[in-house]
Amino acid sequence: MSWGSMSEFLAMGGAGFYVWGSYGVTFALIVIELVVVLRRRKQVVNRLQRLRRAMQASRTRKENRQ
Amino acid sequence: MESAQRFSLFRYAAPNMFYPLAGRLAPMFAVAAVVLALVGLYMGFFVAPTDAVQGEVYRVIFIHVPAAWMSMFIYLVMALWSGVGVVFNTRLSAMMAQALAPTGAMFCFVALWTGALWGRPTWGAYWVWDARLTSQLLLLFLYFGFMALTAAIEDPRRADRAGAILALVGAVNVPIIYFSVTWWNTLHQGASVSLTKAPSMATTMLWAMLIMALASWAYTIAVVLWRVRGLILERERHTEWVAAELDAAEARA
Amino acid sequence: MLSVFLEVLRRDLLLAWRNRADVLVTLAFFTIVACLFPFGVGSESNQLRAIAPGVLWVAALLATLLSLHRIFAQDHSDGVLEQLLLSPEPAVLWALAKILAHWLTTALPLILAAPALALLFDMEQSATAVLILSLALGTPILSLLGAVGAALTLGLRGGGMLLALLVLPLFVPILIFGAGAVDAHLSGTGAAAHLLLLGGGSLGALALAPWACTAALRIAVE
Repeated sequence: MSWGSMSEFLAMGGAGFYVWGSYGVTFALIVIELVVVLRRRKQVVNRLQRLRRAMQASRTRKENRQ
Repeated sequence: MESAQRFSLFRYAAPNMFYPLAGRLAPMFAVAAVVLALVGLYMGFFVAPTDAVQGEVYRVIFIHVPAAWMSMFIYLVMALWSGVGVVFNTRLSAMMAQALAPTGAMFCFVALWTGALWGRPTWGAYWVWDARLTSQLLLLFLYFGFMALTAAIEDPRRADRAGAILALVGAVNVPIIYFSVTWWNTLHQGASVSLTKAPSMATTMLWAMLIMALASWAYTIAVVLWRVRGLILERERHTEWVAAELDAAEARA
Repeated sequence: MLSVFLEVLRRDLLLAWRNRADVLVTLAFFTIVACLFPFGVGSESNQLRAIAPGVLWVAALLATLLSLHRIFAQDHSDGVLEQLLLSPEPAVLWALAKILAHWLTTALPLILAAPALALLFDMEQSATAVLILSLALGTPILSLLGAVGAALTLGLRGGGMLLALLVLPLFVPILIFGAGAVDAHLSGTGAAAHLLLLGGGSLGALALAPWACTAALRIAVE
């Protein structure tokens, strides 16, 4: 192990900005991608469920009228 | 034995069979990605020694190189799925190609971003027109083109097939682009320092890089499976099995 | 079989002749783009001579790009394309004829105008000859690959920008070898390798692009 302390670890031998800039942006992009993908699927499920409910409602209304 | 295997492969080529399979597999790969990334990062930051020439900044390669590999590999897989879609006319393969593209573009951008941040202290500039960086940039444009084309076409069948042709044309051109950019680069600048040819890589560095590469594989598989599940639901919304799936989701909620 | 090829070629050339203003506009665009660069980078003649091959190639690339939609757009809107696709004739043949017509009506005028523009940039005569040769060998690839892009984006909203996004990255190797040929000639290494690669690229594109193009047209028209 080449780090004596936390601050030494964060400084990365003077290259902290470059190293943590790389890792930070990568991590942020991965989190954003995961959130977007998982939320997108949930939205699709919700939308399709609403659509189905609306169709069922219109069908029962028609049956009641008859 | 062989017939059983073929049977199961074709079974999962149907979207209604693939959807639950993807749902079961994705979390497994996600867990694998997290574990591998933790191991890889631990090795990269705490086991691998400081580089004698570049100092600590070389630790960027633990994401830069896997991201660059992934971005190229994903384009290849995308073209492969497109080819399968064109030949066998399966719906799922086009969805897979479209699910892969955003993740490929993401890795492509990560490779460029980390390359720039690595280049500043090493070359003295955020960007040099190095052959690898330049072809990576062109690859990003190819991803954007594929995503823009499939998004611009409303009819999903046409989007699938137009995207497949574009991916195949792009895949034929990728080696040509790489060759031409290398040629241009050597004529104009002479050889430059290359990140992947870092002198005397310690074995622990190499291991950390390989484990991080495996982590990005697992991540890609997980996120693509999740994305393709969304695509499948949208495309198959008029089918019975999606209706059953929606009822089940409602019951769970 | 050959008669389809000749008939479509004749028809497209005739249409281009009737709309010859379009051809002239492309040519004017090529000239103006090339003439913008001295205003941007300064009129120092050594500098202009150094950037001339690249500038003329980029201008040719953009002029070709802007004319690509003409290959199929009109035939698509008036239904000729559908008729051609329904006809028993091999689609690759008439697609190739249309691409050839495009090359004859856009690239050829550019090649003929290039020596005059080379004069504006004070290029040497031998360098100009190499530039013309590189344009002659490289522009067929632009037409062939561009036709695939034009077929893919046929009838889409915002198709022009999309077409640029699709084909410009694919044009980079042609730009590299085209402009590189002149540089290599000037630096004394000889342009043969560049020109051979461009010629080989043209043949490769000739063999593959028409198939991709007809496949894309079938998708677009269905």
